[in-house]
Amino acid sequence: MNIPGKTERTGPVLFSGYKRGEAITKALSLSREDILFELKDSKLKGRGGAGFPTSTKWMLVAAAKGDKKYVICNADEGEPGTFKDRVLLMEYPELVFDGMVIAGYTMGASLGIVYLRGEYEYILKSLEDYLEEMRKDNLLGNNILGKGINFDIQIVLGSGAYVCGEETALIESLEGNRGEARNRPPYPVNTGFNGKPTSVNNVETFAAVCKIILNGGKWYCTFGTDKSTGSKLFSVSGDCEKPGVYELHWGAKISEVLDLVGAKHTKAVQVGGASGICIPKSQFNRTLAYEDASTGGSIIIFNESRNMIDVLKNFMEFFVEESCGQCTPCRIGNSKLLEGVELIEKGEFTFNYINKLKDLGRTMQVSAKCGLGQSSPNSFISILENFKDEVLNKSNGGRNGR
Amino acid sequence: MLTAEKNAMVEEIELLVAKYGKDRSALLSILHEIQKRYRYISEYAQQEVARMLDIHPVEVYSFISFFAFLNSEPKGRNLVRICKTISCDMVGKSAIVKTIERELGVEIGGTTKDNKFTVEYANCLGLCDQGPVMAINDRVYVKLTPEKAVKLLSEVK
Repeated sequence: MNIPGKTERTGPVLFSGYKRGEAITKALSLSREDILFELKDSKLKGRGGAGFPTSTKWMLVAAAKGDKKYVICNADEGEPGTFKDRVLLMEYPELVFDGMVIAGYTMGASLGIVYLRGEYEYILKSLEDYLEEMRKDNLLGNNILGKGINFDIQIVLGSGAYVCGEETALIESLEGNRGEARNRPPYPVNTGFNGKPTSVNNVETFAAVCKIILNGGKWYCTFGTDKSTGSKLFSVSGDCEKPGVYELHWGAKISEVLDLVGAKHTKAVQVGGASGICIPKSQFNRTLAYEDASTGGSIIIFNESRNMIDVLKNFMEFFVEESCGQCTPCRIGNSKLLEGVELIEKGEFTFNYINKLKDLGRTMQVSAKCGLGQSSPNSFISILENFKDEVLNKSNGGRNGR
Repeated sequence: MLTAEKNAMVEEIELLVAKYGKDRSALLSILHEIQKRYRYISEYAQQEVARMLDIHPVEVYSFISFFAFLNSEPKGRNLVRICKTISCDMVGKSAIVKTIERELGVEIGGTTKDNKFTVEYANCLGLCDQGPVMAINDRVYVKLTPEKAVKLLSEVK
């Protein structure tokens, strides 16, 4: 494997050093309620991008009735430009798995499932070896650390479907069905995997839980902003000198990130991957936070040499391929948006039609069944609005978003 | 397929069912292993899996058709997947693809005449900071140049 080995990373929270089992030992000495209150104090929100409060999700599962409960780690990291979960799983499995054990204890689940995307199969062996070591250390399995808690983790490989990162689609595929999102409610917290209460959390969320248990929710709130507490891993790629994974406080300005990674002559930044929004130079003072430019961590940088219509076409092609096809807004909508992009590319569009397509995009945002179709028009709308001079007014001396 | 081969396959599927369970939720893992072993999931294998899990064969086929990594038709002996998503696209994915197409005499999506390679595009392989990226079977290769890509392919048996 020619992937570079463990590099020394530093960061305020997750990349600040951790010894396997530390947080489990601490957590098992606390009551379940104490853990939930600590999480509530931390104001931790889901790190996959949707930002649902973790304490609420866990409380619902803990309170739900069921003879079995499940903890699922969503490692189906498929958003273009996102690779932080790969780094966490390869270099910091202790944080992720310890977080899962704590989740299992807190919610009364006995099985954790890591849904690892098929593209990351090469990590599987090392993760399984790692779990075996945890079992030897009595951090996993029966009667963990002699506290009478039983919890085990198994890893299931996905098979190359972006939509399976959506939690209900993920659960469907685990149950042996096509990975098509379910109607909600009922929510997985009540009716999840095999109809049992299930908590689906992002890889990074579990890692953050370990740090919160060790240092307390109040401590966690000292990082980030009031509404977006703690730190976030950002996967930075595109036109810059130092692409990679960075841990930053929530609330960092986009311009600060650009300086940090050595990005020059930047024209645009795509925040949140293909399903996110494209931000022009005039808005680089915006902050990365749930309340401003929200993201699951993907930051893609474009310099002045890039043609934004090429970028948009790449995104729309991605969605046309990855739409599961069960709901019409997403299946037809994405194809129509892609056709619109191709018309613009050929210079055969009318403004009237493009405006209709933007309306279609807004309709998709409210009518698609799951997050895929609800967020796929984001890049279409934001690129056409923020870069209209370049994309639509070429002959009028467009300002190219400068 | 010879009867002996069929029987061997049935035995293997039986072992997989014993390992992952008879519940339908074992389907993803069972099919993944069959795919890995045979590089595709034949009609016969689909029927056997369906029989052992007590579901309709069409449901197995439907499942397979949903996932990019599962296929019901054989592909080449080695699967080459080149990431085409934006970050790899910006650092020269097209040059890699053109070179591979020329070198192997095959268009993207196709299989070489000797059945050695099937070349496909992949959506984001999650190595956006190290592109262009290519996967050969379940191994990934980063920071490719056209020359390096060809060298890697020539080392494949």
